[in-house]
Amino acid sequence: MSLSDAIEIVGHTDPGMVRSHNEDSIANDTKSGLAILADGMGGYNAGEVASGMATTVLMTELQAALSQHAPFQPDPEGGTEAGTYAARMLREQIAKANHSIYSASQSQPQYSGMGTTLVMAVFYDNKMTVAHIGDSRLYRLRDNQFSQVTRDHSLLQEQIDSGMITPEEAKHSQNKNLVTRALGIDPTVEPEIHDYETRPGDIYLLCSDGLSDMVPDEEIGLTLETLGGNLNLAAQQLVQMANDNGGRDNVSVLLIKILREYPAAKGLFGKFLGWFK
Amino acid sequence: MAKLILSMDGLVLKEISLTKERTTIGRKPHNDIQIDNLAVSGEHAVIVTILNDSFLEDLGSTNGTLVNGQPIKKHFLQPNDVIELGKYKLKYINEAPKAAGAADFEKTMVLRPGQMPKASPPVAPAPAAPKADGNDVTQKPAPSPVAASAAPAAAPAAAPAPAAAARQGAIQLLSGANAGKELMLVKALTTLGKPGVQVAVITRRPQGFFITHVEGATFPLVNGKALDAQAHPLNDHDMIELAGTKMEFFYK
Repeated sequence: MSLSDAIEIVGHTDPGMVRSHNEDSIANDTKSGLAILADGMGGYNAGEVASGMATTVLMTELQAALSQHAPFQPDPEGGTEAGTYAARMLREQIAKANHSIYSASQSQPQYSGMGTTLVMAVFYDNKMTVAHIGDSRLYRLRDNQFSQVTRDHSLLQEQIDSGMITPEEAKHSQNKNLVTRALGIDPTVEPEIHDYETRPGDIYLLCSDGLSDMVPDEEIGLTLETLGGNLNLAAQQLVQMANDNGGRDNVSVLLIKILREYPAAKGLFGKFLGWFK
Repeated sequence: MAKLILSMDGLVLKEISLTKERTTIGRKPHNDIQIDNLAVSGEHAVIVTILNDSFLEDLGSTNGTLVNGQPIKKHFLQPNDVIELGKYKLKYINEAPKAAGAADFEKTMVLRPGQMPKASPPVAPAPAAPKADGNDVTQKPAPSPVAASAAPAAAPAAAPAPAAAARQGAIQLLSGANAGKELMLVKALTTLGKPGVQVAVITRRPQGFFITHVEGATFPLVNGKALDAQAHPLNDHDMIELAGTKMEFFYK
């Protein structure tokens, strides 16, 4: 049984109602279990270049890496943070993408200072490994509970964490657009990487701040609950809601639905069993 | 640039710009805003300003601090809030930044260590001296020496206005077990039909109400015509038929 029978991924991206450029970039590959979303920043079209580089580099490099190593295997170097090979792969490839964007911005004056946020997930063995940098988010809908999985790397989130303001007050803050981490602005970057169990029926949403700033979480959750049966329609509906509310930024969504279990075929016996699934 | 207007009995006494990260208010002379009145404590309150946001905190004053008539301990100041200390009033004014012209304030920007925008250059803050430890300056905003005062560098206050549908829509069932029943379309999304058989959704948008097919082999009928995959706008008294049930859409 291949991964494409067990998960469904759809994506939708839109420049919004105000911007002429779309600086967001999305990529997904059901066969490799990959979903990648980046929200670029930088003058002229540099934002598009940064987010485009991030998704392209990560997609091609990870497809190659996943075909060589099984992601569920323990990390051979025995890292302490995340135990699987997947986490290691993500960290390495994100470092590579960071380097590519950073070198481009150093060598080409028109790209100077460009960068991008990133949120991505790789699905394997009834698990997913999520990496994120900046304020692009991953949400989960499970048993009609809609919750935010990632925590933004932003000034606002740090203010909330330190107790300076409440999440309710944060909705009115004017400092919404300041991120504290981004891909490609410094020679190195520290992505936040975690592993999560997935369950059949789960719906995951990766989105740029063009959605989460324009549409309240409750309405996003309601949309996924009611339209979960038609993922494509749900993605379009989310973008439409952001645009109906003003669409002041680019809006991108990636929706991933877990259709059934997808345990990894471990060892010979597992592979043998896998044939019958 | 945020500022405070100090007044007493309707008489304006002073205007104070919130340029510092910490602006202290109290009776003693070392305060940034000194109010020489016995009802005001020596160190009465402090306003912490980070970029365009200001927070008022009472420092355990004897007579307390009111904002818009309510006693507060800590408060996230909103434009036109009125702070009261005894008979003195401080009105908080936060004008939308206009200096930076064409810059796009909604745009995501990176806030790097040692690069908190300073008060003077509103556009493209030049990199300040690199900080040795490389830690985020924003983690402990209060004691940080780098976190500078408010710069007019962020977005104008514009909360996403919830799209208000002008008119109330509703559905009345015309056949089936619940014939005659009415369903108000109050939510942004209302699903109709039987999951697994045929489901459609009615979305409420600023332009009106739209029906879209969600799942099922057959598509719902509107006025006898089958929908396609696109959203279909609903008009007053449209007849909808799905999963063997007839219903009418109408505006209240």
